[in-house]
Amino acid sequence: MIKQLSWKVGGQQGEGIDSTGEIFSIALNRMGYYLYGYRHFSSRIKGGHSNTKIRISVRPIRAVSDELDVLVAFDQETIDLNAHELHEGGVILADAKFNPTLPEGVSAQLFAVPFTKIAQDVGLAQMKNMVAVGASSALLGLPLEAFQSVIEEKFSRKGQQVVDKNMQAIQRGVEYITEQTGGPLNALRLEKSDGKKRLYMIGNDAIALGALAAGARIMAAYPITPSSEIMEYLIKQLPKFGGTVVQTEDEIAAISMVIGANYGGVRALTASAGPGLSLMTEAIGLSGMTETPAVIVNTQRGGPSTGLPTKQEQSDINAMIYSTHGEIPKIVIAPSTAEECFYDTIQAFNLAEKYQCPVIILSDLALSLGKQTVEPLDYDRIQIERGNLVTDDQELEELENSQLFKRYQFTDNGISPRILPGKKHGLHHVTGVEHDETGRPSENPLNRKKMMEKRLRKLEQGIDFKDPVHLDCKHEEADLLIVGINSTRGVIHEAMERLEEKEGVKVNHAHVRQVLPFPTDILREQMAKAKKVVVVENNATGQLANLLKLHVGMADKITHIGKYDGNPFLPSEIYNQCKELLVHGHV
Amino acid sequence: MATFKDFRNKVKPNWCPGCGDFSVLAAMQRAFANQGLEPEDVAIVSGIGCSGRISGYVNAYGFHGVHGRALPIAQGLKLANRDLTVVAAGGDGDGFAIGMGHTIHAIRRNVDITYIVMDNQVYGLTKGQTSPRSEMGFKTKSTPKGSIEATIAPMEMALTAGAGFVAQAVSSDLKQLTRLVEEGLKHKGFSLINVYSPCVTYNKVNTYDWFKEHLVNLDDEEGYDPSNRMQAMQKLMEHNGLVTGLIYQNKERKAYEELIPGFDEKPLAKQDLKINKEQFEELVAEFA
Ligand SMILES: Cc1ncc(C[n+]2csc(CCOP(=O)(O)OP(=O)(O)O)c2C)c(N)n1
Ligand code: SF4
Ligand SMILES: [Mg+2]
Repeated sequence: MIKQLSWKVGGQQGEGIDSTGEIFSIALNRMGYYLYGYRHFSSRIKGGHSNTKIRISVRPIRAVSDELDVLVAFDQETIDLNAHELHEGGVILADAKFNPTLPEGVSAQLFAVPFTKIAQDVGLAQMKNMVAVGASSALLGLPLEAFQSVIEEKFSRKGQQVVDKNMQAIQRGVEYITEQTGGPLNALRLEKSDGKKRLYMIGNDAIALGALAAGARIMAAYPITPSSEIMEYLIKQLPKFGGTVVQTEDEIAAISMVIGANYGGVRALTASAGPGLSLMTEAIGLSGMTETPAVIVNTQRGGPSTGLPTKQEQSDINAMIYSTHGEIPKIVIAPSTAEECFYDTIQAFNLAEKYQCPVIILSDLALSLGKQTVEPLDYDRIQIERGNLVTDDQELEELENSQLFKRYQFTDNGISPRILPGKKHGLHHVTGVEHDETGRPSENPLNRKKMMEKRLRKLEQGIDFKDPVHLDCKHEEADLLIVGINSTRGVIHEAMERLEEKEGVKVNHAHVRQVLPFPTDILREQMAKAKKVVVVENNATGQLANLLKLHVGMADKITHIGKYDGNPFLPSEIYNQCKELLVHGHV
Repeated sequence: MATFKDFRNKVKPNWCPGCGDFSVLAAMQRAFANQGLEPEDVAIVSGIGCSGRISGYVNAYGFHGVHGRALPIAQGLKLANRDLTVVAAGGDGDGFAIGMGHTIHAIRRNVDITYIVMDNQVYGLTKGQTSPRSEMGFKTKSTPKGSIEATIAPMEMALTAGAGFVAQAVSSDLKQLTRLVEEGLKHKGFSLINVYSPCVTYNKVNTYDWFKEHLVNLDDEEGYDPSNRMQAMQKLMEHNGLVTGLIYQNKERKAYEELIPGFDEKPLAKQDLKINKEQFEELVAEFA
């Protein structure tokens, strides 16, 4: 019995790779296994190699593995491109239709299964996916019932006959493999799962659901990979809650609309990736200057310019901190799991209203699109805090005599009372021009100085964000501290375990979740405890490493491990480079 | 009930004496009062330029944003609170150069706001450069030998983009201007009012006198039917766009808010943010 295995399905983009992976993994998730799926795709819609790799485990996992146990191939290219990942004795299930062959030097077991032919027999060639699902589940010894509910949900709209035919295709896949192998392969038999009910979602789903739960009712956005799922989810759900999504003419319109909506009192968000964020820069400054809340999601992808639009990267960290001219208070948070995507998004809306400033939720492609098992989401943790929003009519009556409302009142913590347009006694002006306490333009140097300090003061004492750094630091004195951000959480964890187990070194792990204001003190404490610090990040210049050097110092301790070829880190890459560093002092 | 004086505040406009924008300000204040609005019912979102300052001169809610983006901000605000009367305002550079994309799309989208462009055919605030509304040959700091680009025809453009309300006015005719702003406010959907608002400092060609000589008032045209789009286009072309009055109105076209599935009469800003546990469980079930 094994504790985990990796399964991959590949073929030409558009021929049902996604749905094969989807059905297989949902069934396993329902059985109580922990899953982590990563889709490899290109920016073509049809054609081009695409694959989905799914890791299945009896304990929580949040990373793809180095190796592969089962490869399902719908074309020879899939075998040629991926067979090297298979470990000794790994299995390839390939459509007999293309006469699959093993590349030289690969010692996997190849089963040519007539996916297409069986599917045609059952009724429709497209159901070759289902035959593949059946064949896979037979290898693993999964019960057929596990697929029944998944198939019903997916096809019941099309009628019972379609459901039955798909189940039949799965069954035929099972039968074919069982005939060949005489039953499940021992090397692929998973330990029993705990059978608990959990969710299975991509980071973008969790962000979108978080926004809905936080009370966001308007989204304005322009489609872009890899953020569009957020928009698509809310297009589906917001109408049920009276809200709406506007697909704007560009990202400048999107962020501007979000600012308008927030000014009007509705929680609103936009989501985009690098190119869109670049366009939003000026308006982010407007949000900061006018102290209008705004929530902006950046699902990072390969840059610069159009870069690698469908690939993983973490190279917008600097841009998110520094972009927009002048100096504004701004918050940047970076969830690292799908669960955190949900809860952090709720927090983002609270922070935006509490500190009356732009809040950027920084994600990355692997987190936004990677599908992972999520513990049940807790309704009671949905708290809505609107900050210093004056709604009390009594309070407003008292304001009556004071003529204009002091929307930008100088206060100790810098946070001024906010009021929504439409209130009788709340008239005030809002402008991106420097202004006085009532919002009237003012070039008075004294006022300018006070107003600038008031705005910046809002974040100076730190912000109310839960767990600014995720710490997995059990050693008081460590040989190594690994620092990461966003989706690398799981892969670092695995490398850490391997280093401890195989090399006997003491490793701590700190994952940065709050990027701005930078959690200097927490990181300093952890860095002081470690002999060496390794910063793992998907970029070329070491943006996070440089932030550590800037804010914490200890530059001579810090090494940066970068990867910017478009693919997420593998555990072995981090493990090997850390080992190298510990032995030779450099990577 | 509020009078136009209630829409005045104590801020002294920093416009040059004689600037056309003073009339636009007065027309707005009168139109609001005539329509029975109170200051707190109104929000003016403006762009950047001499004209953009207008939101600071009205006693109402005002949002002075960034150059060219008044329209998306105004649309976001209106969607957030449909009880508000939202007016967007700015210059010809704001609306027809840097913000042109938003103008076309706001017309298409048809959110129920009123957009007033103070068209002086020049960039005032940046001290006199050419604008997309400048006529060919117009000499400015940025076109010392005269503009060599064609002029944008905003009224014709609005018609082709599917506008439901297209009007044009001139600062010197406060009465007509006020009436058109009122019509715009009443119109359900996006209304565009282009106002020839002379810049007395940087535009020595398109002056009050020049307009007196060249403008044709559609109010005086017998039989002019503003519901006839073809005729509207013809009239504009006949006079090279130099007409005033209500050029076109389509009362049938529904505003964006009316077409959004599930969009409530009650403003979103006044609705409860929290979703209940049952709804939440239902949402989560999709991912089980
Ligand atoms: C992004 C950006 N670019 C340039 C400017 C400088 N700028 C301010 S107003 C303006 C043009 C003003 O012309 P118009 O919109 O016609 O307004 P007017 O002053 O004539 O009323 C320019 C170019 C700016 N504020 N922002
Ligand atoms: S420069 Fe022109 S547009 Fe600006 S205030 Fe003076 S007259 Fe008006
Ligand atoms: Mg102008």
